[in-house]
Parts: sequence; C-alpha cells; structure tokens
Amino acid sequence: MLIVLVKSAVLLLVVVTTFAYAMLFERKILGWMQLRPGPNRVGPWGLLQPAADAAKLILKEDLTPKTADPLIYRLAPFISLLTAFAVYAVVPFGANGDGSPWAIGDVNAGILFLMAISSVGVYGISLGGWASGSKFPLLGAVRGTAQMISYELSMSLSFVGVLMLAGTTSLTGIVNAQERLWFFIPQALGFIIYVITAVAETNRTPFDLVEAETELVGGFHTEYSGLRFGSFFIAEYVNMLTVSCIATLLFLGGWNAPFGLTLLPGLAWFVLKVGAFMFFYMWLRATLPRFRYDRLMTFGWKVLLPLATLNLVATAAWVALH
Amino acid sequence: MIPFWIIAAVLVISALWTVTARKPIYSVVSLLLNFAALATSYLILHAEFLAVMQIIVYSGAILMLFVFVIALLNSGIAPIVLGRDRVPVAPAAAAALSAIAFVATAIAAVHAPAIVPIATHSPLGAVGRGNVFGSIGDFGQALFLSRLLPFEITALILMVAVVGVVLLAGDLAPYVPTRRRAEQTRRALREAILREGK
Repeated sequence: MLIVLVKSAVLLLVVVTTFAYAMLFERKILGWMQLRPGPNRVGPWGLLQPAADAAKLILKEDLTPKTADPLIYRLAPFISLLTAFAVYAVVPFGANGDGSPWAIGDVNAGILFLMAISSVGVYGISLGGWASGSKFPLLGAVRGTAQMISYELSMSLSFVGVLMLAGTTSLTGIVNAQERLWFFIPQALGFIIYVITAVAETNRTPFDLVEAETELVGGFHTEYSGLRFGSFFIAEYVNMLTVSCIATLLFLGGWNAPFGLTLLPGLAWFVLKVGAFMFFYMWLRATLPRFRYDRLMTFGWKVLLPLATLNLVATAAWVALH
Repeated sequence: MIPFWIIAAVLVISALWTVTARKPIYSVVSLLLNFAALATSYLILHAEFLAVMQIIVYSGAILMLFVFVIALLNSGIAPIVLGRDRVPVAPAAAAALSAIAFVATAIAAVHAPAIVPIATHSPLGAVGRGNVFGSIGDFGQALFLSRLLPFEITALILMVAVVGVVLLAGDLAPYVPTRRRAEQTRRALREAILREGK
C-alpha cells in the first residue's frame, strides 16, 4: 500500500515536471520554426519560465460568470485533471529482467482501462463549456464533444489490430510481443490512423476546433481564469504525453531497443520515443492550419472510420489464416 | 468488506441524487458518479472486463449523449428547473414496481447458493490474471462459445431498435443528392416569385 502511494507520488511529480518543460519546449520550438528566439528572459535559456507561468496563474483572480452554473463550473476542470492523471496508474515505463513491469498497477485489461478513462475525459470539456453559461464556450464544447466522440471510434478500431497481433490486452504483453518486430510495420495503416486520431483526441492543431481562438475567443475555456484555466491547460499537455506513451507502447515497441542497440537502458529508449512523438506534435502545430468543421467531421466518419474498419478486417483475416 | 460498504453507500446516494436533482445536468453528474462506483464494485467482484465496459459504454457514450441533449436543449441561459409540487403517477408506479422487483431479487439472492469465486484475493493489481472468472478471456469464451445465441439475439433486438428509430425519426422521402435538392428548392422559389408577380 505504502509502496503504491510512494510510486504514485513520484510518478505524479515526473508527469507534472514533464508537462512544465513540454510547454517550455513547445514555445521554444514554435519560436525557432517561426524565426524568433522564444521565451528566453526568465532564468538561463528561459528554463525558469514554467515556474513564472505557474506563479502568474496562481496569483490571477478566479472569476465565475454570473450566468454560470457554479457547481458544474468548478467541477469541470477537476474532471479533466483527474482523468488526465488517472491513466498513469496503468502505463508501464520499462520492465525488470524477470518481465515484471515498472508501473503502479499491472492491469490485465490495461489498454481497455486507458480507453475507459480517456472516454470520461470528454466530460471536462463538455461540462465546462456548458456550465460557463455563455455562447462561445458552449459552441466550443458542443464541437469538441462531437469531434472527440467521432474520432474515438477510429482510434479504438486502430487499437484492435494491435491487440489481435499481440493476442493480449495487457500493455506489458503488447510491448513484449514487439520484441522482434514493432507493430508500426505490420500495422502501418493502423499507426497512421492512430496518429491522426490522437491529435484530434487531444484537441491540438490542426484539430483544435474546441478552442479555435480566431472564431471562438478561447472555446470551452473562454470564461475560465487563474488556476481553473491552468487545470485545463495541464490536462491538455498531460493528455498529449499520454497519447505519446500509448503510441510508443502500442506501435513503437515500448522500451525495446531498435536494431539490438541495448547499450542504452529500456527506460531511455522509452523516453526517447515519447519525446520524438511529442516533438512531432509541436511540429504539426507550427506547420498546419486548422480544419474547417464540416471537413473535420467528413474526414472522421467517411475516411478514417472506413479505413480503420478495413484495417481491422484485413488484420483479422491475416491472424485467422496464420 | 469495508470497500464494498463505501461503494454501496456512494451508489445509493448518487442514485438518489440522480432522481431527485432539480437540474438535469446535476442528474447527469450524479449518474456519472454512480457509474464509476458501479464499475468499482464490478472490480471488487473480479469482473474486470465488465467494469471497463461499464465505463466505456455507459459513461463514455450513453451518458455523453445526455449531456449533449441537455447542452443543446437549453443553451446555457436559463437552466431547466423542475418543480417539486406534484408527483407524476406513471413514473411513481414504475418506481414502486422496480422497488418490489429489487426487493424480490435481493431476497432470492440471499437464499440462493453462494457463488464461489475462483480468484480468492482482490487487490486491484492482481485482478483478472489469466483465464479466471471475469477476465477478458473468460468473458469472451462465454460470449462467443457457450452464450452465443442469447448474445446474437440481443444484438438483433438492438438492430431492430435502431431500424425503428430511423423509421420513426427520419422522413421516408427518397434520397436526393444535395446539389439536386438545392436546384429543386431554387426552382420552387423562382416559381413562387413568378406566381406572386402575377
């Protein structure tokens, strides 16, 4: 019991620190891609910028609009934050020699647990947008809910191909099944579908219609300020980290070293792969403009979903014939 | 036993709040809490797969639909508040009937022979290891081998419901592509304007 508590505390600390520096690196990378230096005033190389941001958010006034539903308005950021952190209860980061994973809980239905928790995460956005009691947040929330539900389908279908190849739903088992061949090669289509839906699920550019600052001010979090806004912000980055971890575990071989390069420990490979995926995310944000809403829906339902189903049927046939 | 009583208390209180809340959105939130507690009680019973499916299907999909409907029905300006002055007859009768059924089930369950769980310990980490009761393998085998017919019949009933909803909600006019429909509307408008002019 005590060990689980200590593990959880350490992991929370690691995730929050990763969030803080992911944010800093995103701003740096966006800056470099746009030929400007990015944040470089607070501390050497801007390294203390996250602390300054946190202090600012804590000191900001906490506003609640008159038209808001006070209980739901206050509850929504916590739902977002809770679901964002809860998934780390089952994410393994490495394994001992005897195969026992480095994770808080080694649940047999690990990937299903991840899907369940992330499907609850939508409530933060939809309840928050609704409870603000004004037009822009409501529009953002309704859009976001529709988008996340639509893309969740294709995302789940892209998981099933991997599950069939690995023959298990345990995340550790899936990583062990990739010892020789990483699943992004036999599941190339599934991997592409996952990458696209993962961006949509975390509401990042080019799928950031939930926020869409050019048309909806700030989308679902327009009315939020101070730490409540901060909670949504943390949740978004932690979700980004989560989908990067899932991509690494399901498609990129987890902590398995490529080409038998076992010089670096498994954990280092895991961190490198997750880091590469996070960088890809930031790259996308610097490169692509936002989708139009009707195109986003058409793309999700008429392109991604049929392709994901096709991938599922093809993988099932392949597994059955072998 | 203590976790069970905590979860049971949460279940009953959140269920009561769901039916007595005066704002629909509060009912949704308390129902969300109820589903979470129910999933936890499934976990204690070693039904790991059922617990996860409870969250994915009910909290993630069905309850989300409720939020959607509430959000679209009253656009956040004046929340719907239900009065508490009269008790509707039909829901009250339904509630009384379900209460009787619940009590009957509880009595039957107490007198029935106890089910012996195969897994004997339940710390969350060790739930559902291998092919034991409630694990995914066990569940899948029951679903696709020994209980295939009831499963397919349920699926068929759901399919009938979906077709029924489409029949009830959709207009049965033959499908017309958007561009041609726009053309038809334009023509009808032009004719109406011409008629007005005469």
